[in-house]
Amino acid sequence: MGSGGLGSATAVAELRDITRVYKMGGHEVRALDGFSFTFQKGEYWSIMGSSGSGKSTLLNLLGCIDRATTGSYRVRGEEVADLDDDQLSELRSREIGFVFQSYNLIPQLDVLENILVPLFYQDDPPADGEERARALAERVGLGSRLGHKPMELSGGQQQRVAIARALVNDPAIVLADEATGNLDSKTALEILALFDELHAEGKTILLVTHEAKVGERSERTLKLRDGRIDEVRDNRVGLAASGNPG
Amino acid sequence: MRRASLLGTVRLGINSLMLHKLRSILTTLGVLFGVSSVIAMLAIGEGASEEAQEQIRKLGSRNVILRSVKPTEDVVSGGEATRVSSYGLTDFDFQRVDQTFPGVLRAVPVRQLQQEVRLNDRALNPRVLATIPEYVSVTGRPTSEGRFLSPEDQLRFANVCVLGYEVARYLSPFETPIGKRIKIGADYFTCVGVLLPRVPLGSDQPTPGADVTGEVFLPMETARRWFGDIQVKIRSGSRDMEEVQLHEIIAEAESDEAVPSIAAAAREMLARQHKQRDYEVVVPLEQLLRAQETKRIFTIVLSSIAAISLLVGGIGIMNVMLATVTERTREIGIRRALGAKKRHIVTQFLVETVVLSIGGGLLGIALGLLIPVLVEKFADMRTIVTPAAPLLAFVISAVIGIVFGLYPAWRAANMDPVEALRHE
Ligand SMILES: Nc1ncnc2c1ncn2[C@@H]1O[C@H](COP(=O)(O)OP(=O)(O)OP(=O)(O)O)[C@@H](O)[C@H]1O
Ligand SMILES: [Mg+2]
Repeated sequence: MGSGGLGSATAVAELRDITRVYKMGGHEVRALDGFSFTFQKGEYWSIMGSSGSGKSTLLNLLGCIDRATTGSYRVRGEEVADLDDDQLSELRSREIGFVFQSYNLIPQLDVLENILVPLFYQDDPPADGEERARALAERVGLGSRLGHKPMELSGGQQQRVAIARALVNDPAIVLADEATGNLDSKTALEILALFDELHAEGKTILLVTHEAKVGERSERTLKLRDGRIDEVRDNRVGLAASGNPG
Repeated sequence: MRRASLLGTVRLGINSLMLHKLRSILTTLGVLFGVSSVIAMLAIGEGASEEAQEQIRKLGSRNVILRSVKPTEDVVSGGEATRVSSYGLTDFDFQRVDQTFPGVLRAVPVRQLQQEVRLNDRALNPRVLATIPEYVSVTGRPTSEGRFLSPEDQLRFANVCVLGYEVARYLSPFETPIGKRIKIGADYFTCVGVLLPRVPLGSDQPTPGADVTGEVFLPMETARRWFGDIQVKIRSGSRDMEEVQLHEIIAEAESDEAVPSIAAAAREMLARQHKQRDYEVVVPLEQLLRAQETKRIFTIVLSSIAAISLLVGGIGIMNVMLATVTERTREIGIRRALGAKKRHIVTQFLVETVVLSIGGGLLGIALGLLIPVLVEKFADMRTIVTPAAPLLAFVISAVIGIVFGLYPAWRAANMDPVEALRHE
């Protein structure tokens, strides 16, 4: 499939000794606790684990909307901890594609405008952004709905728009948190098929889910427990892969 | 490529506001009424003060006017009482003002006679004023035809008169009255000129009959010869005789600076010479200064009212924007997650507030320009809209948008993206 062997792959996201501590009144919650891992270009990971195991925390850190309490995180080699708020925002608009459980389209914008939002905030947006957005809308099967508002679309259609939006900036990683959680199984399968296609095209995808069936469709699964790696599995052969040393 | 350009942001802001049309419109009402009241009140205030100042200027701002006033006294009891009351300014007063007051350029005496004025079958009772040729230059009134009284008229005791414009229009509506013999009292006077009022006439035509408050001018010496010093007034059965030498003395000052000292000298002289208070001193310049002071106070009061209403409008906008920010927490989270910088969020909400306040401001300007028109039409008051007023109002509404929008926008921009995304 997409990625080659580990040896030839390039690191997209490298995490070293990441901890994320929430202080709740008197006591601390260690949502991530000494987490180290490297995601390579073109990989398709599902991230699983019980509720509260730190999946969303990890995804927020990877998406640069949250900062680690300690540790190092590099996106395409760039150390995130060194960036100020503006630089972090710019990094998000260039390197990150978010797909949320509840679609999170902006209600007052139409389909095309929603897809364009990440480019809208770039310091130096590409000249062909609009063509790109149209092509992506076509790609997710909504080429004829460009002028529609999110309210006028079904859940599955909205999630397709969200995926197009996540791809418009040609990001280093696509992060999806329970992207199929709000959809019926048929629509969920359509969305997963779309992810398969994206993976085939070489996109790097991280998909948080707690549905085993969804997890199995990914190339590899990373299982968390209490903010640490519990298990790393290669779904292509159905065997536990050698732990990613990070 | 569409980027975070200002125009795009404004368009987006308007889109968001259109999502809640009623709320947006209601929010602008505060600024709308604030701005329109600023403009309307300024226009009305400006008009009122202009009107007052014009009335004062009509009297001549360099003039000091001394007037005879019938002193208030006990009413004579009994029916057919005949008595002569003697009061008012005297020729002696005039001599003093004319010859001894420093700073007086020239002085003009005016005597008012109680006589009927008639031409053929048209008669009326205007103010018949006996005066000297200088009257016309001191009061600054232009002649519309013919000439005013001349020094020769004085010397020759000429039987001539000059009609005020309204009187001329009434007595001789279709042809010029010049050369006509006008009957004043029992004698005939040849009309030699028509005098216009100092301020251009309005469109109102003089209504015929007793309402006409026009004026007729005679040479002082001629009047003294024909009508003497004693005036007879018939009043509710009793015959009141009045002896008044002069009704008015108008002193023209050399300069504005000389006016206060002339006024003071006149007051002092009259207080010394007259046993009773049968005079008054009118100083248009003092009235002008008073009018300006009144206008200043008026302006302060108006600005305070306007400032308060604009403040209330601004707080209203801020309140709504804070609610909007809370309501759109999730949208803020999404935008931040997709790469919006803090300044993008600040701009977005600031633009919405400014669009609201400027929208309210523009509607307010429209309403504010309409109100003076209506006031002029229905309340018969003069209004003056200075071009600065709408401009000022516009700037103020924009400033309000920025000032009251900053805090909500700052709140929005500083939300934690993760928290914001979790918000329902
Ligand atoms: N803002 C927060 N403040 C305090 N504690 C938090 C916060 N966010 C997460 N946590 C805690 O961090 C831990 C990890 O939470 P996280 O949301 O990452 O779990 P998750 O794996 O996504 O769970 P779920 O499957 O239920 O979404 C949990 O114990 C949670 O209570
Ligand atoms: Mg979660």
